[in-house]
Amino acid sequence: MRTALLADIHSNLEALQACLAHARREGVDRFAFLGDLVGYGADPLACLDLIADLVGQGSPAVCGNHDTACLGGQLETMSFAARDAIYWTRDQLGPRERDFLAGLPLAVDEDDRLYVHASPERPQEWIYIAGEQEAGQAFAATGARIVFVGHVHEPLLYFTTPGGALRLFHPVPGVPLPLSDYRRWLVIVGSVGQPRDGNPAACYALHDSAAGTLTHHRVPYDAEAAASKILNAGLPEQLAWRLTTGQ
Amino acid sequence: MNLGQSVLAPGTAVGGFRIQGTLHEGGMALLYAVDAPGASAPPSFPLLMKVPRLGFGSHPGCLVGFEVELMILGRIKGPHVPRLVASGNVEGAPWLVMERIEGARLADIAARAPLTAAEVARLTGAVAAAVHELHRQNVIHLDLKPENVLLREDGTAVLVDFGLARHAELPDLVEEEFDLPAGTGASISPEQLAGVRSDARSDIFALGVIAYRLATGKLPFGAPTTRGAMRRRLYIDPPPPRALVPDLPPWLQDVILRCLEVRPALRYATAAQLAHDLAHPEQIPLTERAARRRRSGPLVTAGRWLRALRTPARAARASTTPSHHLARASHVLVAIDLADRREILAEAMRIALRRSFVAEPDLRITLVTVLAPQPFGEESAPELDHGQQTAALIALRHWANPLGLPAEKLRIHVAEGSDPAGALLDYAAAHHADRIIVGARGHSALRRYLGSVSARVVAEAGCTVTVVRSPGERMV
Repeated sequence: MRTALLADIHSNLEALQACLAHARREGVDRFAFLGDLVGYGADPLACLDLIADLVGQGSPAVCGNHDTACLGGQLETMSFAARDAIYWTRDQLGPRERDFLAGLPLAVDEDDRLYVHASPERPQEWIYIAGEQEAGQAFAATGARIVFVGHVHEPLLYFTTPGGALRLFHPVPGVPLPLSDYRRWLVIVGSVGQPRDGNPAACYALHDSAAGTLTHHRVPYDAEAAASKILNAGLPEQLAWRLTTGQ
Repeated sequence: MNLGQSVLAPGTAVGGFRIQGTLHEGGMALLYAVDAPGASAPPSFPLLMKVPRLGFGSHPGCLVGFEVELMILGRIKGPHVPRLVASGNVEGAPWLVMERIEGARLADIAARAPLTAAEVARLTGAVAAAVHELHRQNVIHLDLKPENVLLREDGTAVLVDFGLARHAELPDLVEEEFDLPAGTGASISPEQLAGVRSDARSDIFALGVIAYRLATGKLPFGAPTTRGAMRRRLYIDPPPPRALVPDLPPWLQDVILRCLEVRPALRYATAAQLAHDLAHPEQIPLTERAARRRRSGPLVTAGRWLRALRTPARAARASTTPSHHLARASHVLVAIDLADRREILAEAMRIALRRSFVAEPDLRITLVTVLAPQPFGEESAPELDHGQQTAALIALRHWANPLGLPAEKLRIHVAEGSDPAGALLDYAAAHHADRIIVGARGHSALRRYLGSVSARVVAEAGCTVTVVRSPGERMV
């Protein structure tokens, strides 16, 4: 089974379409959505339309902190720009979109794999995997051999060593990594809709469960168009600017 | 079945393969000859199954080495590495099947050392060629020794045992796993002792140890087993090979000691440059290394010891990869037609060359010309050929003079044949050329008659080709 993993789409339709098209050219069987489908960007409805269709066809999806924030509640842990975008998104969503978001689970377990937005350690608290410590806690919180997460907005890979230590690897785009059966892997998938590692190209990953490989991909897309939609929607200017620089 | 714990009997079936017999019972793994009786299209070459030793008391490195080897064999190809056929596991105990190389083991040949200089050059050159092809695929072996080299019947070297190897684009599963540095005491490089596993020139160091052993029958640094004893190579230089084998040619000592330099930057930049020199020993510019008769004295050694102390144990981690390194150390062939006397074209070619070596500090340039066979009677040919060869060498040196290249970067080759393009292409392939620079054809009647060398080189070369046209000239 070849699964394209898409994280942190954040209502960026241009980036989502580019990644879907790239993944289809790579011959994927299905998609998996790792949360934060909305927030920040200007196309929540069009993005959710596309995603809900694919979820209906069997692609797993989990919710992220921005998705639940759009359903209500206090936003005191979010930056001002993020809050502005959430308020704006709440106004856009209709009952259909709300129901879809409200129906997303926090995590999906499948064979030896787990799909979750942030750390599987208390997933509702959206813990960032900022280093080895959080990565270790993430492994401890699940029995899955391969854990797919988003939330970090930068593609990274942690793996276990026989001695019990953890190691970090910066994946090279386009290079399939064999995920050895004798280790555990924490795959941090970069962001489709708002990359923050200095490379504005959209990011997704492709897992091939038969071959046991994982490939991170970078997909250039029309970030200028997505940015001008953000400006036209009256969303904070910095949300537009960061798309064109990948900051 | 206790795969990896006890030796399997002939006839045992594992993952569609059948054990024919045990080839080797190593400390880390068991090797079997196998066949594939049920396969619809069995491979046309003999097969070997590798099973890591597992179970209580086995070294934890057994499984790591196996994982690394499987990961790397899955990514490399070519005649210099065994082909991976299949892998799997039986109740969690892993196995892999690869091509079994039927040929001489370099370890058996090394047992006959000291060998003649010609044999040392041929064997080391073959291993260096294999290492270069590995580096081109972004992999560093990091455990080269005669035990890990096999030779096919045609003399091609095949590298085996990738358990400590590093692929620059894949996670390093080996690094810092155990207390001891990952490597073999006899041939581990100084930078590996400092934990650096990303420098392709570590393999050049190990090639130097192999050449030293083939040439003298001795190991340059012995076979230490502790980190402290291995670190002695940072400040105590090996006995010069000529001190052990007095009639060893100075060029071979120069080559060996250059490979064994403590600082990677002082070694050969690439295994291809090493192989190229071993194929043309008469062109090696001899340095002070060639003349050494004994080790450095105590003062020099003490100075190096102090410097080694000051070098932090984790020396600046080279963040380079083999492909980045090779990109700065190309082998550029410059095809020169000595009959073409257009100075304006020569200058345009030299400008193209200067541009390359500004960007590539470890570049090697080989000027090549192809002489047509003399249309004289056979008996007078040798002297005439010799005179013609010498004249060509002088003309090529003269051509290179304005470049002001250090001797180290420049080599010259005069080939002979009635097919200049074919001769150039053969030389480029044999010596791992990364780029060929050739002049566009002029408009002489002769050239029209001979056809365009550059067009055929462009069409058939396995590397980048730059065709230089002199300014002001237009294609007609």
